[in-house]
Amino acid sequence: MPTLTRRAAAAVAAALAALTTACAPGSETDRPQDKAPAAVNTDIAKAGNVTLTVWDQEVQGGQREQIEKLNAQFQAKYPNIKINRVSRSFTDLQKTLRLALSGDSPPDVVEANQGYASMAQFVKAGMLLPLDSYDQVYGWKKRYPKGLMDLNSVTKDGKLIGSGNLYGVSLNGEIVGLYYNKEKLSKLGIQPPKTWAEFEQALGTAKGKGEVPIAFGNLEKLPAMQLYGVIQDQNTDKEAVRKLVFGSGGAWTDAPNVAAAQKLADWSKQGYFTKDANAVKWDDTPVNFAKGQGVFMFGGTWWAPDLSEKMKDKVGFMLPPPAQAGAPSATMGGESLPWSITSKSKHPDVAAAYINFITSPEAMDVSVETGNLPVLAAPSKQPDATLLKEVSAAWAELSKNDGTTPYLDYATPTFADAFGGPLQELVAGKVTPQQAMEKAQADYTAFQAKK
Amino acid sequence: MTTVARHKSPVSRQATATAPRARERVRPPGAPRRVGWLYVLPALVIYAGFLLWPLVRGAQFSLYDWDGLGPATWAGMSNYSRLLSDPVLRGAFWHLLVLILFYAVLPCIIAFVLVAAMSRTRIRGLTFFRTVLFLPQVVAMVAVAVAWQWMYSADGPINSVLRGLHALGLPDWSRGWLGDFTFALPAVGLVGTWVGIGLAMVLFLAGVQKIPRELYEAARIDGAGPVREFFTVTLPGLRRELAVALTLTTIMAIRNFDLIYMATSGGPGDSTKVPAYEVYNRTFNTGEVGLGCAIGVTLAVLAFLATAGIGRLVEGRDS
Repeated sequence: MPTLTRRAAAAVAAALAALTTACAPGSETDRPQDKAPAAVNTDIAKAGNVTLTVWDQEVQGGQREQIEKLNAQFQAKYPNIKINRVSRSFTDLQKTLRLALSGDSPPDVVEANQGYASMAQFVKAGMLLPLDSYDQVYGWKKRYPKGLMDLNSVTKDGKLIGSGNLYGVSLNGEIVGLYYNKEKLSKLGIQPPKTWAEFEQALGTAKGKGEVPIAFGNLEKLPAMQLYGVIQDQNTDKEAVRKLVFGSGGAWTDAPNVAAAQKLADWSKQGYFTKDANAVKWDDTPVNFAKGQGVFMFGGTWWAPDLSEKMKDKVGFMLPPPAQAGAPSATMGGESLPWSITSKSKHPDVAAAYINFITSPEAMDVSVETGNLPVLAAPSKQPDATLLKEVSAAWAELSKNDGTTPYLDYATPTFADAFGGPLQELVAGKVTPQQAMEKAQADYTAFQAKK
Repeated sequence: MTTVARHKSPVSRQATATAPRARERVRPPGAPRRVGWLYVLPALVIYAGFLLWPLVRGAQFSLYDWDGLGPATWAGMSNYSRLLSDPVLRGAFWHLLVLILFYAVLPCIIAFVLVAAMSRTRIRGLTFFRTVLFLPQVVAMVAVAVAWQWMYSADGPINSVLRGLHALGLPDWSRGWLGDFTFALPAVGLVGTWVGIGLAMVLFLAGVQKIPRELYEAARIDGAGPVREFFTVTLPGLRRELAVALTLTTIMAIRNFDLIYMATSGGPGDSTKVPAYEVYNRTFNTGEVGLGCAIGVTLAVLAFLATAGIGRLVEGRDS
């Protein structure tokens, strides 16, 4: 025994010594410097042979097709450039990107999600290249509405989203809207709702006739945050939501925000959601909806190509109905993940040319061809399917009214858990709306103080 | 080097016999020599490089506030004190305790019942049953999780059976098990029980075959019933196997990540969060690398204590 204790003591001492002598984790990297616009090389054909490593999350049907097509076109245009594409699902990319970016040879172009959990942290750590000088050369800000460019902008210290430098450009648009089963509506004898009150009435009618009013699966916590966000947008001013999410004013415990939580709780209590919603997977929601479970469903435009294929003309899409008929709607959304350049990339000029190429007006046509929703109006292509036409019209209307609000999980790095968890409890009737919002606020205040 | 040379030639040994005699006598033949390190070196290098070094670095990270990207700031023991002060993390450790019950205690009890039954009667096709019961242990945990997620789902087989019972007049017990605040944790726990039974049973079966038949016959002649027989013959004979089974299943419970990650991601709310899941969650999702490492180090210590504790308790000190 004494030898064992002595050996253990020696091991502990060695470990302690290692702890104190080894260097601290992480290191201060030099913030990347802006390049003068004049120094930007746009003549990529003369850039020599370059392999550009690109990490994207475009793995689903139409999106994959879109990127494959654009990559092929880019390589055909510049035979000296080879694109090494690495694609992962959204969640997988979020997890691996952190490690990849902190390594010595990160990919050249990455899709880094907006918000304080990803882009702002990467910017703070000096891992992304500010794109402002490239913007002066290529004129991205002239191409895009300001609201969308702001989503991809962060101050250099990572403290404020919506101002500072530009760090990425997006390719597709996306919004969370209201899908409805046309067949079921006509069977229930209801018209697609034009106002929020009509919509709530329709929910009651559907419930009364034994239908599931809203298809809703919330195993992952995130769906409830989107649903809450949609309701919140009808309860409060869009500017207030933007300020709240980006951390420049307001509180989650403000009266309209609590009222939105109350509405969510009420709907759950009245049985407006799929039974045991907290046990249903998010990805199963549109599948069940297509099978005829649910009259309405809140969901992103990213579900549209699949639903259109499965339900053909039976499914419709609209913006969440506004309080007054004809008034402008607001809803969550914006643009798909922005394409950014890493600060350690050896070929930033080539990377910028690539980003410019895949966000060009011609690329928007490719987006439509492959069943996606281009972030900017496509110059010459129109979608064929009814649903995709409706989605495209909804996007155009929302862009015109500047009605997009940011996703709520941008608010803090821990928000998906800190707010999503209480919302699950709210749906299950375990907490009051006030309590749920207080939990969100606690996480929010803690992050603001640390920032 | 000198030792090796000395052993090679007895002549030279005699030549230098007087002075080093005493030193040589201290070491009995076959005792470890320094050359032994050379034999274990390849394994040691890999072990140190991939296990010890990360462990030390992990312990070091746990003393810092670090988001995994930028520079870290010294945090002292504050990450460890958060394990006690943060209600979510405290809850995670409570859930772990509940899961140990499901992962370790319950499988051992069920396996005992099965083995006790088998030791009294000859069962035809024993190999078949043994294979079937051991099968969950072989299947990857991720596959297990996906299969059970379907079993527990709203329209899955478990709810179908319960609805069938409801139709026969019983109350309606069907629910979304993995999304239910009360039942999600036991539901996940039962999957662990299902996985653990096979391992415990195979260990016990091997042990039972080692217990002399005469002991059972003697007990029966003395008039012992099945229960008495179990406690006086089977249980004492299986002490070592019990210790192994409990240790393995407890450690499985402590490092249980894949099942939670796949089946519930810690939800609904925080009701199935366990420390191993939080290690991952804090490190990769929320960017609290220091805290994640602190949880990991604590888990390693817990696993060590559990192993040592179970060995002492079940096997007894002197055996």
